[in-house]
Amino acid sequence: MAEEIKEFWRWPESRWTNPEIDPKKGKIITCGIDVGSVSSQGVIMVDGELYCYGNMRTGSNSPDSAINAFNMAIEGTGLTLKDVQFTVGTGYGRVNVPFGNRAITEIACHGRGANWMYGPKIRTVLDMGGQDCKVIKIDDKGKVTAFLMNDKCAAGTGRGMEVFADLLGIPIQDVGEMSFQVAEEPPPVNSTCVVFAKSEAASLLRSGWPKDKVLAAYCSAMAHKVLYLLEKINVEREFGITGGIAKNHGVVKRLCLELGIKATEPKWYNRVYAEKNIPFDTQIAGAVGAALFGQAFAEKGGK
Amino acid sequence: MITAGVDCGAKNVKVIIMKDGKIIAKSSISAGLVTKPSASQAFDEAVKAAEITKDDIQNILSTGVGRKEADFARGEIEVVDADARGINFLMPNIRTVIDVGAEEGRAIRLDATGKVVDSATNKKCAAGAGAFVEAVARALETTVDKMADLYNHSTREIAMNAHCVVFAESDMVTLIHSQAGKPDIVRAVFAAIADRLASMMRRVGVENNIAAIGGMALNGGFIAAVEKEMKIKLIVPEEPQYVSAIGAAIAAAD
Repeated sequence: MAEEIKEFWRWPESRWTNPEIDPKKGKIITCGIDVGSVSSQGVIMVDGELYCYGNMRTGSNSPDSAINAFNMAIEGTGLTLKDVQFTVGTGYGRVNVPFGNRAITEIACHGRGANWMYGPKIRTVLDMGGQDCKVIKIDDKGKVTAFLMNDKCAAGTGRGMEVFADLLGIPIQDVGEMSFQVAEEPPPVNSTCVVFAKSEAASLLRSGWPKDKVLAAYCSAMAHKVLYLLEKINVEREFGITGGIAKNHGVVKRLCLELGIKATEPKWYNRVYAEKNIPFDTQIAGAVGAALFGQAFAEKGGK
Repeated sequence: MITAGVDCGAKNVKVIIMKDGKIIAKSSISAGLVTKPSASQAFDEAVKAAEITKDDIQNILSTGVGRKEADFARGEIEVVDADARGINFLMPNIRTVIDVGAEEGRAIRLDATGKVVDSATNKKCAAGAGAFVEAVARALETTVDKMADLYNHSTREIAMNAHCVVFAESDMVTLIHSQAGKPDIVRAVFAAIADRLASMMRRVGVENNIAAIGGMALNGGFIAAVEKEMKIKLIVPEEPQYVSAIGAAIAAAD
């Protein structure tokens, strides 16, 4: 019998609709589309409130990925593109959003989105994305005051983690938890480069290390790599993490431990949202920021 | 005197057996997932080809990233030292060597006796090594060998954003969709690697003549591209992938 080929790197896609909002009664409907290198998100806001979102893998071209993310977000809502007054595109494919009215950098959008999701006390945002890692400093309005990024190397990014999950045959969403099932924290793998870390991990496995120990050593090396970026900028409290890697406790916990600063819990600043258990998806921060910028443009009567 | 050099690379294990300053046998097999048995097998094959027995070999030195795996060796030699000894034996007028293997790239400057004057190794990042070229070949659905021909058909220069092997693989998809032709993509990749090598060479100082060794030196297109991009002339010894093993075998006779 043929063995099923498992794609361990494939993370769960998700969508959500707020059942309490009737978009037909809303005045302004805006859309934020974040076409990242690995994942794409579509967020629809009605009068500045989160109405629905979709979060999925980016395809081979940006325009299609933007359309797919939008369609996923509006699935089952009865909304169409015509109902949306203003769309802001962001992410690396932001200029290729066919229905976008504006394109704004993901740095500005993540700052704005993190401010809205985590609250105005956030001063430093670490966005750990699919192919890059950014440290963004923001003011109480979510306006960017400084930023740094690494987009040259896969270490510490989502792509790197996907490659690793595949190598070890561990579903990517289990990596974090499994990396803590070690009796003693092993030293980090020496190699920062994902390609080299892969060969290093293979030889560790051969020498008898269990998978969880290898994962711990890898997560720790990734945390180191990100820490290096954070040390170049003065990390101010509060410190919030966005992007896909924010969901990986194996990296996040180790990073915070080394940094000596606890990351703010991924919970809604908006109490109503928190009480209603609206999913706090760290991957949608960029699209949320984009939709909020769209709201501001629409209020000014822009098109 | 009979000696052997075993080069356990990231991808292949190479063995050279020498007798009184002459190469009498060689073998090369894939390192596979576990280097240890591969190293033994490559050694056995070389011994057989030399028509001798293991007991005839007076000394064995191992080199390469996996050199500890060749547990039958009686000693080790650093890769840069092996490279320098090997190239000095083959081509005594060489003063600078670039060695591009599967996972590492290095530049070495040596003196007339084969002693290393200075060296720089890129161990931190796979960009600039064979793994990078292989990843691109996979993404372009071609082979490393065919990339030479593709390079010659390039008509325009495009910049490649990705410096990372992992990113390059996904970047290829975007480049292909942006209507960039395969030849131009190949050129961008070779130019990116040449750039990496150039920075390593500047660190050690370039002195003529310059040799290219390691598995990547087998690829004529790659060599031509590096020569063109760096405006230098490269000399490639016959079977450049064996240079480290030769150097180890020579050092074993000291």
